[in-house]
Amino acid sequence: MHRPIHELSAAYRRGDLTPVAVAEDYLARIGAFDGKVGAYLTVVREQALAAARESELRWRAGSPRGPLDGAPIALKDVLCTAGVRTTAGSRMLERFVPPYDATIVERLRAAGAVVLGKTNLDEFAMGSSTEHSAFHPTRNPWDLARVPGGSSGGSAAAVAGGLAAGAYGSDTGGSIRQPAAFCGVVGLKPTYGRVSRYGLIALASSLDQIGPFAQDVADTALLLGVVAGHDRRDATSIQAPVPDYAAELTKGVAGLTLGLPDEYFIDGMDPDVERAVRQAIEVLQGLGARIERVSLPTTRHSLAAYYVILPAEASSNLARYDGVKFGLRVPGRDLVEMQSRTRAAGFGAEVKRRIMLGTYALSAGYYDAYYGKAQSVRTLVRREFAAAFARVDLIVAPTTPNVAFKHGEKEDPLSMYLNDVFTIPGNLAGIPGVSVPCGFSAAGLPIGLQVLGRPLDEARVLRAAYAYEQATTWRSRRPELA
Amino acid sequence: MIDRKDVEHVARLTRLALTEPELERMREQLNSILAHLDTLRAVPTEGVEPTSHAVDVVNVMREDEPAPCLPRDVALANAPDPSDGLFRVPRIIEE
Repeated sequence: MHRPIHELSAAYRRGDLTPVAVAEDYLARIGAFDGKVGAYLTVVREQALAAARESELRWRAGSPRGPLDGAPIALKDVLCTAGVRTTAGSRMLERFVPPYDATIVERLRAAGAVVLGKTNLDEFAMGSSTEHSAFHPTRNPWDLARVPGGSSGGSAAAVAGGLAAGAYGSDTGGSIRQPAAFCGVVGLKPTYGRVSRYGLIALASSLDQIGPFAQDVADTALLLGVVAGHDRRDATSIQAPVPDYAAELTKGVAGLTLGLPDEYFIDGMDPDVERAVRQAIEVLQGLGARIERVSLPTTRHSLAAYYVILPAEASSNLARYDGVKFGLRVPGRDLVEMQSRTRAAGFGAEVKRRIMLGTYALSAGYYDAYYGKAQSVRTLVRREFAAAFARVDLIVAPTTPNVAFKHGEKEDPLSMYLNDVFTIPGNLAGIPGVSVPCGFSAAGLPIGLQVLGRPLDEARVLRAAYAYEQATTWRSRRPELA
Repeated sequence: MIDRKDVEHVARLTRLALTEPELERMREQLNSILAHLDTLRAVPTEGVEPTSHAVDVVNVMREDEPAPCLPRDVALANAPDPSDGLFRVPRIIEE
């Protein structure tokens, strides 16, 4: 029964399927296959069935709450859920039970969505492979020896493997788009501030944004529409009306100008990825889009700027895990010893590394050389995107330079960081970007096409992704878990 | 290049009790990452304003209206060592 949410709701309307039967089916698939995939950290079976029963009553009464009523979804375990533990993939929060729902969770419940559970991630969303969860790694449904990408790898693997109809994650440097590409699903990072982050466990506050994973672009539009919009509890959320994304999808790409950045085709990238992306651009051209070359020269410095800004902000955000108000505590003779032992025991190696790096970059005498410099480089990245978007409507590029790699293949931190080289600039500039499946490597692994747009122009980003998706058949191919 | 003393200093600042092998590994890895980050020095940024935030929003104000907050017992429910409606911590000041 794994099918897009818009098909599920159509079937609910006709009475061909019921939310309870569908929720039971997803829970059965989780029971049968999640031992192999490891997409979930927590499954809330009884809560999901209760929500499905309520949804069923609404559909039967002819008064569903909208297109997501009865849709079984999964949430990355950095999104706070009232009464359901939220771990951030860390020992630090192994027993943390939030007293409130994140705004997006509140909106999803109000829309009738059925939450199946909380998905795995690299600890505190720091990573690109979901190998660095404190609990267990997640595996790619297309090849269990490979990673699903990260940090939202559990959400991506759940949608790819038929363990959720849709899901949400967070994207700070590519953590939605990169796993979407690796798992052959659609993943959208909205404009910075488009979706409220109230109740999101913070990583880097000037970069973090919540967004959906879906089986197709039409679902992506629905999942964005329900959670987008201003929230008085998040001062960084944007006060702008939310368009009807689903209604805009079918407008096509004829007459649009798509920019092709030279800097996104680099030495050392997988030739299968380059071939698939160039073919996808030809498809878009065939649909009436004009292609124009653009240059974003500061792209090559984005990774370095990001790896100053992210650790700096993360080191500050993670200072709150001090063994006092919530989370782990390891006893010590005095306050400093208690805190130092707690943090040493609660955080994994990558988290410690980034906290150390960020603290160093912000420490006396180094602030201007690192953080100040990186923020100025960030201005250059923004200006170059703005200049490009004065000439083109959208930018098209690969989502990642390579396909999913094997577990344990990238031991060196820097080689792991390089996975995000094409997704990071979008976060630095705060612009929206989607990854949509655009083919497979010779080994049968999914490849993602990235479409980037102007701030708040998600409608056009999704419209191009939809036009491409409808002109191709990649989404009919599914991984076999049985 | 950062040396062992720098690593120990930063670990103290950020309240991480690192073991001997962790300190050594951290020194090596931080140096290798910093070598990459130092490539930023080559980017000309004179006169370029820093971006702290991708959206130009400043001073978001709202009405100053009292509203209910978390009840005390709920706020303390996740505390590792609550006591008499308070967060208890180990000794801070020497006697």
